Amino acid sequence: MKGRTIYPGKAEGEALVSKEPIGFYGGIDMKTGIVIEKGHELEGKCIKDKILVFPCGKGSTVGSYVIYGLKKNGVAPKAIINKETETIVATGAILAGIVCVDGIDIDKIKTGNYVVIEAKEKEAEVIVK
Amino acid sequence: MYLTKEQEKMLEGEYGEVVSKMMRLLVRLGEVYNAEKMIPVTSVQVAGVSYKSIGDAGLEFLQDIAKEAKVKVLTFLNPAGMDLENWKEMGISEEFAKKQLAIIEAFKKMGIVISATCTPYLAGNLPRYKQHIAWSESSAVSFANSVVGARTNREGGPSALAAAITGYTPYYGLHLDEKRQPNYIINVNVDLKSSTDFAAMGYYIGKEIKNKIPYFVGIKDADVDDLKALGAAMAASGAVALYHIENITPEANEVSIDGLEKIEFGKEELKETYEKLNSGEEEDIIIFGCPHASLNEIIKIARLVEGKKARKPFWICTSRAVKEIAERMGLDEIIRKAGGKIIADTCMVVSPIENLFSTTAVNSAKAAHYLPGFCKQKVIFKRMEDLLR
Repeated sequence: MKGRTIYPGKAEGEALVSKEPIGFYGGIDMKTGIVIEKGHELEGKCIKDKILVFPCGKGSTVGSYVIYGLKKNGVAPKAIINKETETIVATGAILAGIVCVDGIDIDKIKTGNYVVIEAKEKEAEVIVK
Repeated sequence: MYLTKEQEKMLEGEYGEVVSKMMRLLVRLGEVYNAEKMIPVTSVQVAGVSYKSIGDAGLEFLQDIAKEAKVKVLTFLNPAGMDLENWKEMGISEEFAKKQLAIIEAFKKMGIVISATCTPYLAGNLPRYKQHIAWSESSAVSFANSVVGARTNREGGPSALAAAITGYTPYYGLHLDEKRQPNYIINVNVDLKSSTDFAAMGYYIGKEIKNKIPYFVGIKDADVDDLKALGAAMAASGAVALYHIENITPEANEVSIDGLEKIEFGKEELKETYEKLNSGEEEDIIIFGCPHASLNEIIKIARLVEGKKARKPFWICTSRAVKEIAERMGLDEIIRKAGGKIIADTCMVVSPIENLFSTTAVNSAKAAHYLPGFCKQKVIFKRMEDLLR
């Protein structure tokens, strides 16, 4: 699948997919990378070293700092794949240096799939193995 | 993306590494979102202030910036993790306070107004209609775009800071008139009786439409507090940065609603949302002021409790500016006698209340959304009058 690069780089790993949007602030614990939002479909799951797949961000604008903090604390996802990346997630990914792409039909990716991402300066390719 | 000579210089490091880093972030965002150029901004709201929210990684990030850079435009700050003056009274630990004050010091060094409020528009940072600004704080973004008609994207804390330091933001998204068109019509078929009802509706709609723009019809009237509650809720359960209300918000007559999909909101949906947001049995404390209470809300509470004792201890969170006036008017005295406290600079979500309480009652859907996960609270969500009765 072809998409748009938000932050370039190569990454591969196991997909963790959420059909619901993710609000990083208040939704994910910055120290552990565990999803803490009550009732969220990923509640209790850890995003560390995953290819984190979700439609778009939601909620607090502090989310960018949480993404940055996840990276500093060594519990960040290897990459982020969105249907539509908004400014808050983009800012966090750019600052933290996490590979991030959007414009992807995320329904085609299932949790546990092995995903390879090659994100060039502008365009990105996502391969589901 | 077109950059002026001045912007090029910033990017290339002529004004130091920090300015260059901030400009790189903005240029990257501009390129991703196909901005043709940068535009000057005249007002910024910076989120990401509480130590509880941004941790040591955030503190170090801010200290590095403060070493070199100052803001160029009027820049206000979001709430901190504690009342900056009376934190001991709140039961905050020395260790937390030390870190929090270091964060505040960094912002001060950058020349940012230590307003410590999520309602800058009630405390001295009010943009005008169609003014280009760069705000973070999801509820304030919604208010500025929708109620005032100013233009801002939902900036992340760091991208707002970058705009403050460079004086520019990339020209895309909600800065463009054509991106401010609604995507859904919301048919409101129920009489909304309080700002808590507006909050509940916002919570429901935010979940339904995620990051899209709603156009509400059927709302007869709404005051500023109702609109503040509505926007905050939609920005918490979803990522709504702009809404229009027929005959109420300033751009409602300028946009087109032809052929839009309709969503109904009636008695059933309202009831269902109240049920969903209630998870507690009996509260340890009642907390008002998410977003920060307006003076009018404090007056309403004072009238309700005057000469009485409230059922439970209660806090009202607001800005230092509003608290000062409330004190001058003797409202804090009335509230204290009733078992309440006015707390400035912070709120129930960004302060470490999980160390103090386990069930919190609120009249805010935004607070009801964040308290269970981030603050480990059971929640009671009711109207102000019902919480104090």
